[in-house]
Amino acid sequence: MSAAPTPSTPRGEGQMSLANRAIAFSLREAGVGLALVVLVILFMVIAPYFATGDNFTRMFGQVAINTVLAVGMTFVILVGGIDLSVGSVMALATVVGATIMVPSFLTRWVPFELDPLVSIPLAVIIVLLVGALAGFINGFVSERWKVPSFIVTLGMMSMARGGSQVVSDNSTINGLPRSLIDFGNILIDLGVVRIPVYFLIAIATVAVAWFVLRFTIFGRFIYAIGNNEEAVRLSGHNPVPYKISAFAICGLLAGLAGLVWLLRLNVGSPIAAVGYELTAIAAVIIGGTSFTGGKGSVIGTFFGVCLLQVLSTGLILSGVTDNFRVIVTGLVVILAAVFDTYRTRIITGLRAR
Amino acid sequence: MTGPTRDATSIAETSAVAVAPPDGRPILDVREVSKEFPGVLALDKVSIDILPGEVHALVGENGAGKSTLVKVLSGVHAPDGGEVLLDGEPYQPQDPDEALTAGIRVVYQELNLLTFLAVEENLSFESLPSRHGLVDRKVMRERAVHLMGEVGLDVPPDTAVENLGIAQMQMVEIARALLTDAKVLILDEPTATLTPRETDQLFGIIRKLADRGIGVLFISHHLDEVKEIGDRVTVFRNGEWVATRDVADITVAEIIELMVGRSMTEGYPFRDSVKRGEEILSVEGLIYQGNVEPVSLKLHAAEIVGVAGLVGSGRTEALRAIFGADKASAGVIKVDGEVVRIDSPSDAVGAGICLLTEDRKSQGLMLDMSVAQNTTITRLEAITRHGLLQTREEAAAAQELIDMLSIKAQSPEQLARYLSGGNQQKVVVAKWLFAQSRILLFDEPTRGIDVGAKFEIYNLIWDLVERGKGAIVVSSDLPELLGICHRIIVFSKGAIVGELPREQFSEKAVLELAYKNYLDPATAAARDRQSTPGENA
Repeated sequence: MSAAPTPSTPRGEGQMSLANRAIAFSLREAGVGLALVVLVILFMVIAPYFATGDNFTRMFGQVAINTVLAVGMTFVILVGGIDLSVGSVMALATVVGATIMVPSFLTRWVPFELDPLVSIPLAVIIVLLVGALAGFINGFVSERWKVPSFIVTLGMMSMARGGSQVVSDNSTINGLPRSLIDFGNILIDLGVVRIPVYFLIAIATVAVAWFVLRFTIFGRFIYAIGNNEEAVRLSGHNPVPYKISAFAICGLLAGLAGLVWLLRLNVGSPIAAVGYELTAIAAVIIGGTSFTGGKGSVIGTFFGVCLLQVLSTGLILSGVTDNFRVIVTGLVVILAAVFDTYRTRIITGLRAR
Repeated sequence: MTGPTRDATSIAETSAVAVAPPDGRPILDVREVSKEFPGVLALDKVSIDILPGEVHALVGENGAGKSTLVKVLSGVHAPDGGEVLLDGEPYQPQDPDEALTAGIRVVYQELNLLTFLAVEENLSFESLPSRHGLVDRKVMRERAVHLMGEVGLDVPPDTAVENLGIAQMQMVEIARALLTDAKVLILDEPTATLTPRETDQLFGIIRKLADRGIGVLFISHHLDEVKEIGDRVTVFRNGEWVATRDVADITVAEIIELMVGRSMTEGYPFRDSVKRGEEILSVEGLIYQGNVEPVSLKLHAAEIVGVAGLVGSGRTEALRAIFGADKASAGVIKVDGEVVRIDSPSDAVGAGICLLTEDRKSQGLMLDMSVAQNTTITRLEAITRHGLLQTREEAAAAQELIDMLSIKAQSPEQLARYLSGGNQQKVVVAKWLFAQSRILLFDEPTRGIDVGAKFEIYNLIWDLVERGKGAIVVSSDLPELLGICHRIIVFSKGAIVGELPREQFSEKAVLELAYKNYLDPATAAARDRQSTPGENA
């Protein structure tokens, strides 16, 4: 039986008491944060090693990469798309960046070597461009020929992975400049815990994305298009450039995630980030962004990434085998999606009907 | 949806089975039913009974409780109090399936069809005829032909529903209702999107069903239709029962008075004092997908031009082509005497043209965004400083428009989804006022909104026109066009067939033009035989 048609709006529509508003807020935004806190406390109790500084430092490191990816994914999902290629594009980014910075690999392609002073900034720029270009192609093809982004990015997933194998010749690229490695090893001591320097890149990404989505015309259009693309078009705005931009941003951030990977692991690898796109998508959904677009925030996404990381690490440290950890993670994603439909229903229920 | 498998051929032959002979005992008896939602008493001890063979009209403004009653009867909501008797037996469906099995059939305003499937498949999907476990397409076809004949739907049975017009889809929906042994047929705003001829045809079908002893609950905003088709009429107001009368004993004005609880003049607002200004829009030889002759028309400042015609006659398409929503292949559009090139809605908006679409929910609004965000989307630059959105200025600008249009919203932050239909429509108007549009293309601006809100929209259009804007109003509500327009342009089968100045306004004159291109001698006779007599004279 299909769902009943939309009810005609009753009198007193949208009347929400303060208490109901609070409930709605906690269901939408604070819910993930709350779940996160509960999980952290739980694992602190049951897994002895969990509450150590080293463990938190490690988790911050991994969260940094996933956050950058997931923030990009949030843009794409907000406009009603999906990007399956981010993991592969990120792998491509790591090998392209590493190739530029490691002379023995660079000379396979060009007859000269570069000084780290030149090669590092150049690598950063090119890696970001490569990512943005991949994202742009995703967006352009899906908009220009009206191909679902699921299909286009599935293709790009394969192409970028293949590209990374070509560039690296299927090998791991070691030997990054010492200065880069040293920079990546910097830990910022906050007393209770030490956080890796590249975690700041992730935080900055979240902050900038939050700001752009909330306070710029571009951000407004991202939400509006996800909400009702046709209404945006009939309001006199072409949605296509905005949608393509969302994909390009996602690609750009996949490139940035590749750089964070280089800082963290110091190798370019064609088998980097396999399956990361799923983690990113999962984090976005857990973070409360609607899969159909138009609703959600990067703050929620950040919490989603943290939650997945805490769950993953916590389970392992509790003695759960890695295989079960993977199963539980998948379960949480499905639960989050199911919860999302209830969340919408509950919030709607709180408003008068 | 699963139902008991029935013997397919017997259904095709008997279709709707006649129920108990009319002996004065109600077939459906609703007694003091209440339904409460958090914070709202949607139904407060309402009573209504439907006799076999009766068309019982139910009217009331939006929020009066009509839809809630329908949902209680169709098993979507369980009542909190009172009882319902069906054929004298207590009736309390737990879900819509049970309601169907019991013989209560609802045709909703928003149609529930499988749009990619064929008409015949839609007609049979609730109980597919099968042979050896496979769908028996022959029986399905026979059944479809029979049911389509019953409702007068004249398309090949294998036509995909998505290729039908809304009126035709509605006929499919009603035909489907005939497949099961309906005792009570509930029609929720069935005529909202129909033209007079289609409405007449629908009424013919309703009469036929009632004559077989089916009880019909007919919900409509169109009170003249209630007068035409109803035997009795019940009025709800704010979730309460107000009155039940014989239709013969009550005038439309009296019904309206009962509905709104305050007396309201029947007359439409027309402001003689407004004097026509310069020509602001001229469309010459516009050719686009869907018209058979090039379209040319003009609009002046301080003028309201009505566009009449049957649904599907090309009225909406004309507006969309002018606005650039669908690309025109030829033609010249001039604004203030200057040629403008319109390839997209953004070109049109730039030229001061706006389009209020027929379907505000799917094309006009971002339902899950706030009133303010919906309002400012047309001109975000206006609330941007140094590249940043100024949410305070935005709220202030929206509040100004909320006050000006008397939009009933708690605040500019309220989500558009939670406004009533009339207020949603006003938000769409607000966004175009924010865009400073001068040429207003309104497509069915009052469709599906209650009487009080309709008059507010009329006055709103007049307020705008008084300030030098021009409006082109497409409407299927003919009295409305006759009431508020200076001129009426009439479309028939994809072409403009005539234009009437106000002095020559009459329903007859408009309808004669509207039917002009449809009534070629060959088909006219067949058509007349099919439809019921009594075209509006």
